[in-house]
Amino acid sequence: MAEIKAKFHVTWPGFSLDVDLALPGRGVTALFGHSGSGKTTLLRCIAGLERTPHGRMSINGDVWQRDGFWLPTHKRPLAYVFQEASLFPHLSVMGNLRYGMRRIAGNHKFSLEQAIELLGIGHLLERKPDRLSGGERQRVAIARALAVNPRLLLMDEPLAALDLKRKQEILPYLERLHDELEIPVLYVSHSPDEVARLADYIVAMEDGRAVAQGPLLETLARLDLPFQLGEDAGVVLDAVVAERDSEWHLARVDFNGGSLWTRDQGLETGRRVRVRVLARDVSLSMQEQENTSIQNILPGRVDAIAEDHHPGLALVRVFVGSSALVARMTQRAVAVLGVAPGQQVWVQVKSVALME
Amino acid sequence: MHLSDSDLQAIWLTIRLASIVTLILLFVGTPIAWWLARTKAWWKGPIGAVVALPLVLPPSVLGFYLLLGMGPNGPVGHLTEALGIGLLPFTFWGLVVASVFYSLPFMVQPLQSAFESIGERPLEVAATLRASPLDAFFTVAVPLALPGFLSASILTFAHTVGEFGVVLMIGGNIPGETRVASVQIYDHVEALEYMQAHNLAAVMLVFSFAVLLTIYVWRPNPKRGV
Repeated sequence: MAEIKAKFHVTWPGFSLDVDLALPGRGVTALFGHSGSGKTTLLRCIAGLERTPHGRMSINGDVWQRDGFWLPTHKRPLAYVFQEASLFPHLSVMGNLRYGMRRIAGNHKFSLEQAIELLGIGHLLERKPDRLSGGERQRVAIARALAVNPRLLLMDEPLAALDLKRKQEILPYLERLHDELEIPVLYVSHSPDEVARLADYIVAMEDGRAVAQGPLLETLARLDLPFQLGEDAGVVLDAVVAERDSEWHLARVDFNGGSLWTRDQGLETGRRVRVRVLARDVSLSMQEQENTSIQNILPGRVDAIAEDHHPGLALVRVFVGSSALVARMTQRAVAVLGVAPGQQVWVQVKSVALME
Repeated sequence: MHLSDSDLQAIWLTIRLASIVTLILLFVGTPIAWWLARTKAWWKGPIGAVVALPLVLPPSVLGFYLLLGMGPNGPVGHLTEALGIGLLPFTFWGLVVASVFYSLPFMVQPLQSAFESIGERPLEVAATLRASPLDAFFTVAVPLALPGFLSASILTFAHTVGEFGVVLMIGGNIPGETRVASVQIYDHVEALEYMQAHNLAAVMLVFSFAVLLTIYVWRPNPKRGV
């Protein structure tokens, strides 16, 4: 598998970055962490926007920098989407889109037309950036990045400056990118929801260091993560829409080991989806409950128990078939029920979030 | 209002001088302003102070040093004589050189703040879109700083039109060569030709007001194109 290798050790006054990463050469890798954790700085180092004397950076064997060699940003075949709208105000949307494209040689595998179509901005081409909404501006910025046919797409919290409504407007486009793009994407985010939707691989950053990394689904199911997700703790499952119940407006999604009912969001059967199950929405029962409002009750086996971010709380990992779910409960509930590894339990899932 | 032929000659000479000086300073001042706006070097301060010196220096002091430097015993004088140009003082081109120094801050300072207000981000964006630094300068920084270029040019032109002390020191008072409008007014007053002085002074007053009005009222917006 192709690889991105990035090794940086830089110290600024009050902050240092110290990472040595080998990242997958395709799919979306989330650089996840709180603000100040160094994720944006890492992205800027990879782009060459920060000049780092002792860094190493290569992608698929092509060296962008190592000791004594440093490729300036404009010679690196990358694209960058900044946090705030960064369109050139003196150029129209089309002028912005063509700015980078005119400066690359050779075949435009990801052509301008594709980028325009993928981001749905065909009706905006003649406008000036100050006549666009925040969401439209960011879509144009993403299309402009794709139009340079990059070999690596870097995105620095592209949704962070937008309100919830604008986020909802852009997320479907990002999900399409995830499905259709063949180049690797490094996506900086502090939002567990964005990461759960978009990422295949996650690198958790803290104080300028990578504290955990791995495939997203595996990593989220870990109980020993060195960072706290708090209310966002939970797992993501790969699933398929298997059945739609038009009478109750519900859809059944099948994952490896079971199935879940959720409200029907209009996705056709056979569609591959991601299902996010938060730990706070999962509870355990020793007997199968019958008179309960919870519709998703699955047989499972307790795998491990760990402390949560509050001393009164515990996280319990349960396997349903071969898929892991994480349940949050009080330490007292663990003690009273006698929850222990290997035990057969009923897993009750109150709600799940379906993501395309 | 009646302007004599020598008045018109003085006005034409003034316009020619100010235009040439503005053009030269666009080429000389832009790199200095760009460097001052972006450098982190310690000598940014000293260089900035030298550029600003004509703002506070009496024009006679500046003119005096330039006269010495460009005179027959000055280093510039030696150079121009060796090149076969002859001596610059009391010529039109001597006036041009002196005015370039004298008006330098009026070109550099507005440009510098225009470049500074653009910030780093648009240039970083350009770099991620494959634009080399020079490319980004011409295709991003210059268009975004266009209002700064306009006001710097207008200020430089107007300030050169208004100079007097440096002209007297370097250029003297040669009709058609160094007798610019401000000197012509001085001559009229010296000769007690108050009516002629009035006419020319009124032209200068209206011109200066029009220039400032342009700068204060008409602000081009780079976001909508100029």
